[in-house]
Amino acid sequence: MRLRLVPKDTKWDFFSRPVLWLGISGVLMVLALVSFFLQGLNFGIDFRGGTTIRTESAQPVDVAAYRAAIQPLDLGDVTITEVFDPTYGADQNVTMIRIQAQEGAESVSADIIRDVEAALLEIAPDVSFVSVESVGPKVSGELIQTAVIAVLLAIAAVLIYIWLRFEWQFALGAVAALVHDVVLTIGVFSELQIKFDLAIIAALLTIVGYSLNDTVVVFDRVRENLRKFKKLSLKEVMNLSINETLSRTVMTSVTTLLALISLFVLGGDVIRGFVFAMIWGVIVGTYSSVFIASAVLLKLGVKRDWSKPSNTAGNQFADIDA
Amino acid sequence: MLQIDLWKRVLIWTVCALGLLLAMPNVFYQRVEARNDAVAAIELGNSGNGLEAQAAMWPSFLPSGLVNLGLDLRGGAHLLAEVQVADVYESRMKSMWPEIRDMLREERATIGTIRLQPSQNDQLRIRISKPEQISRAAALVRGLARPVASLTGAGQSDIVVSTEGDIVVVELSEAEKLATDERTVQQSLEIIRRRIDEVGTREPNIQRQGADRILIQVPGIGSAAELKDIIGTTAQMTFHPVVSRGSDGDANPGVGNDLLPAIDEDGVFYVVESAPVVTGEELVDAQPSFDQNGRPAVSFRFNPTGARKFGNYTAENIGSPFAIVLDGEVISAPVIQAHIAGGSGIITGRFTVEDSTNLAVLLRAGALPAGLTFLEERTIGPELGQDSIEAGRIASVVAFVAVLVFMFLSYGTFGVFANIALILNVGLIFGLLSLIGATLTLPGIAGIVLTIGMAVDANVLVFERIREELKSAKGPARAIDLGYEKALSAILDANITTFITAVILFAVGSGPVRGFAITLGLGILTSVFTAIFVTRLMIVIWFERRRPKTIEV
Repeated sequence: MRLRLVPKDTKWDFFSRPVLWLGISGVLMVLALVSFFLQGLNFGIDFRGGTTIRTESAQPVDVAAYRAAIQPLDLGDVTITEVFDPTYGADQNVTMIRIQAQEGAESVSADIIRDVEAALLEIAPDVSFVSVESVGPKVSGELIQTAVIAVLLAIAAVLIYIWLRFEWQFALGAVAALVHDVVLTIGVFSELQIKFDLAIIAALLTIVGYSLNDTVVVFDRVRENLRKFKKLSLKEVMNLSINETLSRTVMTSVTTLLALISLFVLGGDVIRGFVFAMIWGVIVGTYSSVFIASAVLLKLGVKRDWSKPSNTAGNQFADIDA
Repeated sequence: MLQIDLWKRVLIWTVCALGLLLAMPNVFYQRVEARNDAVAAIELGNSGNGLEAQAAMWPSFLPSGLVNLGLDLRGGAHLLAEVQVADVYESRMKSMWPEIRDMLREERATIGTIRLQPSQNDQLRIRISKPEQISRAAALVRGLARPVASLTGAGQSDIVVSTEGDIVVVELSEAEKLATDERTVQQSLEIIRRRIDEVGTREPNIQRQGADRILIQVPGIGSAAELKDIIGTTAQMTFHPVVSRGSDGDANPGVGNDLLPAIDEDGVFYVVESAPVVTGEELVDAQPSFDQNGRPAVSFRFNPTGARKFGNYTAENIGSPFAIVLDGEVISAPVIQAHIAGGSGIITGRFTVEDSTNLAVLLRAGALPAGLTFLEERTIGPELGQDSIEAGRIASVVAFVAVLVFMFLSYGTFGVFANIALILNVGLIFGLLSLIGATLTLPGIAGIVLTIGMAVDANVLVFERIREELKSAKGPARAIDLGYEKALSAILDANITTFITAVILFAVGSGPVRGFAITLGLGILTSVFTAIFVTRLMIVIWFERRRPKTIEV
């Protein structure tokens, strides 16, 4: 007996409720954009400069005491959060301290780090500083720029590739799905205020790759069926193709999610944000390749028969002879 | 139908075996690493201390390449430094002054007396007392220009001379500035590398980034601050004639002189001539030592030119003090007792033994031509790296087992084939990573886990296709064949698009992100290889043996 996530020979109609699906996506995208413009992203130091210090101590951490110890140094915005993780041992008490980039400082000041470490050692002698990272404002500005360029470049490159391999309508459909996925992912980072750093950009690009992977498999089948079933309407061909590939789409998403979820739970807090982005991206990417990319392709239409000249020119006398 | 040539079979198994062989050293990571270190030490001419025994711990006929662990897994320090290239313009102009002065003095009869005016750091302003002869003076100075020594700047001269009333202004030309910048960064890179090598640490990564930046990654070092102590000091040592000694920090030293603080006595300042007699560049050796009173000191030796200059100067100036200046501070200002020939000497100051050892290292490795500003610094403790490796390993194993079980439940026998291919796949990724000496980072581990999830995709595509082909009542052999044939275009398109994003990520990303791009990209290559060739070969071999009338996928 085989495990089957999708019943045999499904004949579901994926385009019966276009308004519903596009509506849901539309609302989610608007929410994402509103959140992005209202509260922005919780940028990590990679993108806005500053210093993070990760401390570890065998004693329970008193965040208020830490704060009080750092306060007199007058470093502007300092956030201290205690980190909890199922992978920690009982004597691992971890905090992340984030200090804003200091006014007027082009480079990283070693003095500040030394002062903070000294202040903390005074109140908690056994504390150790397992990682200290500082990024100057000059570099963080450039990092934002490269990150944006990377995402745009990736989208442009796949747009061109799909255009070459398929038709331009396919490329637009795929890119619509990509933009949808990227916007929703950035949105969820803004809504939940999860730290957004360089690794998240890598996750975003992976999502672009994954979502595309899914879309391309569906499109590949659409292309094949378009040649095979010349009598069927585009909508029927697309429904057939999605149903045929559905089992694969679900299988691959599930294996990928299995791997990612184990990483999310057991992989430690350092990459949790990164893995979260990818899990979210896989779910959204799978959804979008079925509902967004295909819906756009259906809207745009595809040139069906390459042997005859186009009959969409609108000339009503064109088929009198036929 | 369902035939694979023998040579193809051999080739496929060879590639797999080779990949696994290359990956094998990583299973015995610590042993192989210790062995590699020992071999490297022996090559450097060291011996003893059990090095030979360590080198024999891993047979030399086996591959010994390892996946490098990134800083986030091993712990260490990462610095991004910007070279202050403009620093060099100043010293260039300063060193030009004596030459210009001497030449113009000889022409005193025509252009009158000359005087250096205060100016920006990157130019010289010289006032002459006979303004009507200004063009003559400028022409004389222009005569000192040299062609720019670079390919792009060929044919241009290194200085630009202009006039403002009775003042001659000398500046470096743009072409010369570019050429100087290039040299400055190259030199800085070289000197940073030498300093880090002097300290002796494993696999430092020192590379240039962009026009004027240097990325320095040193695994295993305690903190970025420690690393900065080694490379952050310019260690520009110069010997200057002393004009006067005083306690006024705001005194006007006069043009052509500098006011410098004493390093060991608070409130003491020296006025010294800006142009040095000898510079640290002419040092050939520096060693920590002790002076006659047993205090830590640094002994040094000049090269022949330096020794001659130093010898001449000391011979002419017996009884007057000269200053030993390190990075703009006077270390000491001894009075010249006698003519010092031979070009060696000793620097005393208020050193600790550690100070003198460090100073000797810095002097030996050479001075940085310009200052460094640190734009980014990261320290990752080794215990955090260890935790990350541990967490990554557990997560990978769990992910692996989950996918294996799931594939078996979904596809039965064919699932087993896909699983064997998946195990091979991870082996191949590690083999390739070791082969190209790539660096594994924490996001890189995530990339591998993601690949574990996605690698089955190509197999799933094929299996689902075979299922479909079976429905149209063809024989199993035909269905398998068609399944592979028809799934191929989807497999290729889907993987090429993902590969494109991995390449872009590699091109624009840095550090950990790049590590992720590498494992993702390699994972795509190996998963396509295993799905198209390895799984297929296994299915064909199984089919040939069993000859089933019906198959269930």
